[in-house]
Amino acid sequence: MRVHRPSFLSGLRDVAPMLLGAAPFGLITGASAVAAGMAALEITLMSATVFAGAAQLAAIALLSAGAAVWVVLLTTLMVNLRHVMYSAALAPSLRSESLGARAAMGAVLVDHIYAFASLRFARREPDLVRRDYVLGMGLPMWLTWTCATAAGAFLGAQVPASWQLDFAVPLMFLALLIPSIRNRPGLVAAITGGGLALALGGLPFNLGLVIGALTGIAAGTAAERVAATYSQRRVR
Amino acid sequence: MNRPDLWFTIAAMALLTFALRASFLLAADRLVLPPLLGRSLTYVPPAVLAAIVLPALAQPSGVGVGPFDLRLLAGAVAGVVAWRTRSILATFAAGMVTLWGLTWLLR
Repeated sequence: MRVHRPSFLSGLRDVAPMLLGAAPFGLITGASAVAAGMAALEITLMSATVFAGAAQLAAIALLSAGAAVWVVLLTTLMVNLRHVMYSAALAPSLRSESLGARAAMGAVLVDHIYAFASLRFARREPDLVRRDYVLGMGLPMWLTWTCATAAGAFLGAQVPASWQLDFAVPLMFLALLIPSIRNRPGLVAAITGGGLALALGGLPFNLGLVIGALTGIAAGTAAERVAATYSQRRVR
Repeated sequence: MNRPDLWFTIAAMALLTFALRASFLLAADRLVLPPLLGRSLTYVPPAVLAAIVLPALAQPSGVGVGPFDLRLLAGAVAGVVAWRTRSILATFAAGMVTLWGLTWLLR
């Protein structure tokens, strides 16, 4: 298997600014995991194998609150469900790659990599080796994420509890939540999901999170439908 | 935290996440995404993230009273900064600095 160097470097160039964003995110994830009671080795291994910031932060928060394992896994499923969308969107462009190459690309298919890949594939550049372009983004991103988490975990262990670094977890989610609200149905989904989870906070196993999230998704989908029929009527 | 549970959780999270990402790349010929499910996926991030954030921020931290809970106030400041800047780092900085400032003032 020969690597097409220009394609790999093209991926590296595209992903480089994202690495600058992933590094502090990884540092904070590592530090807050240690603040929540995980060992440095445990959170580093989690970053290397799971490679999904939002899902990891959710797991850290849930585990430190004593949630059941199946609630953590159900939350992982919901937080990472968007990746199915990415996988389905890129699959037609990568059909000719080998099974191993497709598995490797699947392992690194995070938000930014999907965004760049769909952009570049749509241009149909004849000289771009798609596998090497995707891995040229994925490998540096994976390395940055894993090393930054490890560094954060070791540094975080030195930080005294009075710094309240555990507050970083809800802050990170806030920073991910706000840009994810792109339109009114999205706002409906967020308000329904958040409000219901808050109201049902007393339920065992953090079930309020699961019920709130699922109802929020349904509410957003329904709101989109209502908005579509409403705008159609107005046109007539 | 229970150690064997934690190791199992990490391994299961890794497998689950990989299965979601590789799903269509590995089995595009056998998988079909129903259109309604495809549209619903758009609303997964706002619904799930809000369901995680709101209860976490509203949890009484023991400092400050009711709506004037320090973490809730710092969270509100961070929310405005997130909305204006869309930057993870700026949001984190605004939230932590507000929390530290208020803690220091009320000490």
